[in-house]
Amino acid sequence: MAYPEKYKYTREHEWIEVAGKVGIVGITDYAQNSLGDIVFVDAPKVGTKVEKDAVFGSMESVKAVSDLYSPVTGAVTEVNEDLKSSPEKINSDAHGAWIIKVELSDPSEVASLLSAADYEKFIAEETAK
Amino acid sequence: MATSAPAALRKTALNAMHRRMGAKMVDFGGWDMPVEYSGLIAEHMAVRTKVGLFDVSHMGDIQLRGPGSLDAVQHITMNDVSKLQEGQAQYSAMLYPQGTFVDDVIVHKLSPNDYLIVINAGTREKDFNWVRTNVHRFDCHASDYSDYYTQLAIQGPRAAETLAKLTKVDLSTIKGYWFKWGTVCGLANTLIARTGYTGEDGFEIYVPSDVATSERVWNEVLEAGKEFDILPCGLGARNTLRLEAGMSLYEHEISETINVFEARLDRFLKLEKGPFIGSEALKQIAAAGGPQRKLVGLEVIERGIARDGYPVLDLSGKKIGVVTSGSPAPFLKKNIALAYVPSELAVNDGEVAVEIRGCAVKARMIPTPFYRRPKKTA
Repeated sequence: MAYPEKYKYTREHEWIEVAGKVGIVGITDYAQNSLGDIVFVDAPKVGTKVEKDAVFGSMESVKAVSDLYSPVTGAVTEVNEDLKSSPEKINSDAHGAWIIKVELSDPSEVASLLSAADYEKFIAEETAK
Repeated sequence: MATSAPAALRKTALNAMHRRMGAKMVDFGGWDMPVEYSGLIAEHMAVRTKVGLFDVSHMGDIQLRGPGSLDAVQHITMNDVSKLQEGQAQYSAMLYPQGTFVDDVIVHKLSPNDYLIVINAGTREKDFNWVRTNVHRFDCHASDYSDYYTQLAIQGPRAAETLAKLTKVDLSTIKGYWFKWGTVCGLANTLIARTGYTGEDGFEIYVPSDVATSERVWNEVLEAGKEFDILPCGLGARNTLRLEAGMSLYEHEISETINVFEARLDRFLKLEKGPFIGSEALKQIAAAGGPQRKLVGLEVIERGIARDGYPVLDLSGKKIGVVTSGSPAPFLKKNIALAYVPSELAVNDGEVAVEIRGCAVKARMIPTPFYRRPKKTA
């Protein structure tokens, strides 16, 4: 699975695509694959403040529950309502099925996130553990 | 002091096959086992509606042979082995003197002086030592055949049609919890048992555990089941299937600190057969009015998924018990759980709450099994 170069990544396996002050957040293909069949996404409401590296929601697969960590600080501007009825879209297209959009309060935070190449290196190490 | 390196994971003869086929592998009680192939939900649904194939070779097999084997098996298990006919199997358990579980098992009567006890993977060494220690005064011999068999479970409404293509044995003559010996995939004297751990119809076959034979049979079963859309299945689906069917899992619903009445497995407990390990303690518990806590089925009625170990609360928020297994149920499409609660609170339709990540989420106590397979109409 290719990790899009236009995205930045966290060590908690989220991706973010930043355009100006707005970031689109999802989880990586590696994350969906380790979770297995996703049955429920618990995303925050529009307007909720999220903080870099803090939990903003959770995701449940048949097997387990997993926290979602925000790559950036800001406020939620939009939630992907589609995932309420079809959470499995994350399994079929993790890099397309976004979870929330965030208005960044500090766009410079993005610089600390991983590039696609760094993230791929990171998961290769995770897998080898 | 130096700590020793973690022991290498044990592997079944099909380990390389699982990896070649792209299964996701996990450490299951010290075994490197497939947790899923194509996806847990798809595999679960295949078993409920079509057919699925599981490698369950990590299960153990203890054989007791000799003139004293019947008395020995009676002594170490709670069900009444004298009721078994040749070719019949029964669900049972080995108990500690206090009436709690060494393991749950299936006892097969191979012949009047020959019994096969199928045991769980994680308890293999403990079980075999327990058996050997407790049967020494009987005129019989206990052997551990666990590594001699590759055990395959073919489960689902199309399981019989699938297996029928690989054997001349008339499978319709094997009723549930019975078994026969026959040629399967050209292998003579293969044990074919109509047993399983999914709540579906199905078979478990025991073939030689060399890699070549194991892989050949695995492939032939998949080939035979192709027209029924068979799927290779992992332990993930095995767990959700058994949970829907309300079946116990060792270290979850049953353990060395949980007794037979608590686990509501007393329909398999035959105290009238005479004394056996655990019978005295259980008689006393029955005489004292039964167990303090009981296993109940839960359906989560608010949004949330109960997971193993989550606290069960009463509606005032007081902790009253614990979830032993909880998961979304892929076929039933609801969130179910098994949990221990105080006996006096264990009533059908009673409401409790499960503490899910800090929130009290309402659940209703419902009868188990959650899922019962439809009776054949044909």
